[in-house]
Formats: sequence, C-alpha cells, structure tokens
Amino acid sequence: MKTYLVKVVIENKASARDPEGETILKDLLIKGGYKKVKAVRTAKLLKMWVEAENDKEAKEMVSKLCDELRIYNPVAHTCSINAEGE
Amino acid sequence: MRVAIIQFPGSNCDFDTLHVLNNVMNVKANLVWHKSDDLRDYDAVILPGGFSYGDRLRAGIIAAHSPVMKEVRRMAKDGYPILGICNGFQILIESGLLPGALLRNSSLKFICKWVNLSVISNKAIFTHKIKKNHLLKMPIAHNEGRYFIEEDDLKELYKRDQIILKYADEYGKISERSNPNGSIDGIAGICNDEGNVFGLMPHPERASEKLLSPFNTNNGKIIFSSMIEYVKER
Repeated sequence: MKTYLVKVVIENKASARDPEGETILKDLLIKGGYKKVKAVRTAKLLKMWVEAENDKEAKEMVSKLCDELRIYNPVAHTCSINAEGE
Repeated sequence: MRVAIIQFPGSNCDFDTLHVLNNVMNVKANLVWHKSDDLRDYDAVILPGGFSYGDRLRAGIIAAHSPVMKEVRRMAKDGYPILGICNGFQILIESGLLPGALLRNSSLKFICKWVNLSVISNKAIFTHKIKKNHLLKMPIAHNEGRYFIEEDDLKELYKRDQIILKYADEYGKISERSNPNGSIDGIAGICNDEGNVFGLMPHPERASEKLLSPFNTNNGKIIFSSMIEYVKER
C-alpha cells in the first residue's frame, strides 16, 4: 500500500459567475499591464493523501467520496480530480 | 405545539429565534443539539442562522451531514414545516432538501442591511397567509447568499411555483438595483414542491418586533404565524 497525493479542484460552472476571478483580472492583471490575460477563474483546491494500491484506485476512492459527501455542489460546481503519485 | 430549533456548532441566531417563538409568538420551542437523532416530540423544525462549522469547505455543507438531519429529512418527507433561515437555508440546500446553490455574494462583501421582499408565491406553509406581491421588510446578513440554479431548473421552479420571495425596492419593483447579492432573478427564498420546506436568506426572527425595526415594522412575524396556524389546523 502506497500513499498517493490526490488533488481535487472545485470551481464554479461556466454558467455561474466568478466575481473574484473577474476582480483579479480587471483590477490586478489588466491594471498591472498584463492585457494579454483574457480570463481568470478562481477555484478551491483540496489536497488529499490517501493510501491505495495504485493511482487509479486512489483517484477512484476520492472521486467516490466527493460524490457521496457532496464535497462539491453539482448544481453550481465542477470538480476535477488528479492523482499525482506518491 | 412544540418547535425544535436546531443548534449546530457555530449557530448564532438560535436564541433570537427561541425568544421570538417563546415571547412574541407564545409558542413552546426548544433548542436541540445537532447530535440528536429523535425529533418525534416536535411539530416543526427551524434551522437558525449563523456560521455552522465556521463555513468551512462551503457554508452549510458540514452541518448537512449532522445526525439530526436524518430526522429533519424524515419530517420533511412526512409534511412537517421545516424552516431554514440564512445559514439554515444553506444547510437545507446542501442537504438536498431544497434545490440550487448559494454562492458568494457578487460584491464579494458580507452584506448586513434591511431589504424589501416581494412575496411571489404563497405556496409555502410559511407564506400561505400572505397575499402575492405583498412587501415585507427584513434584514439580511450574509456572505454566501447568491442563489444560483441552472436555467432549465429555474424554469422548473417557476413552473412549480417554488419561488417564494424576491428582493425588491420599496415600491415592490424587482430589478438589478434591488438585488443585494447577485441572486439569479433576485431570488431570496424558495420552497420544495410540497411547500413544507422553506429556506430564505433574510432573518424573520430579527424583524418580528417593532422595537428592533428602523421602520417600526414587525413583518417577520407573519412567517412564524403562518407556520403556527398551519400546525394547529393540521
């Protein structure tokens, strides 16, 4: 059994506005001279260290718990999960 | 009748709600710790406002997994009145008893002010005594009150008459200007399809005594009196 780092990224769906991302773009990046940046979306990152036989099993376990415990609200959020190895 | 007011770690409007029920509405009410798994002595449940579990992960999500919520679900299914105020609304949303999501205010600021609410529907047990388009004055105090739902599901809410309250101006006009937090269509409160589970971001318990209102109003009382009348007639 190895320990894997699994990263869970929760962000608003494209149809739900992200005012924090909009403010970062408009009032920090554009004003700071980075006009080639066209959009910013903020997200919440959860890092989980889980014991599993392989990265596939680690990802599946985290995916299951995210759905079961409603780690994200499927009405408003998307959730992406990546296992990064030991 | 007896009302259960559920206390979660971080609830802070529990005693205000208890005071209004006991001393303004003259109804028996008890504070019930969230670890309770038996609400059989109660005729209605209120999930009060506050910051359960410090809003960690997402407002209402951790409280939605509390043991008492199993009983709240059972009572909701059996048709008992369930009221969620502010954080209580967030808990009802996160427990799946009400549809949608409550996101961070579009201003990114905590908003604490009195608002006008237009009664869109009297389908909810808690508004069945109120005429449509009637205006209610109540305060809001929240950081995550931006109601969101996908377009198709919003249409379904309209179709089923589940949109109960919208933010309005003092003349009853609903517009972007009267919308304090960016909620879709200015929605401030919704109910389930059966009308017995109702959640709202404004605080009726802070608006039930004229002494506490800058407008000398007590509009919050009617939410509680509608519930009480329903239980007595049930």
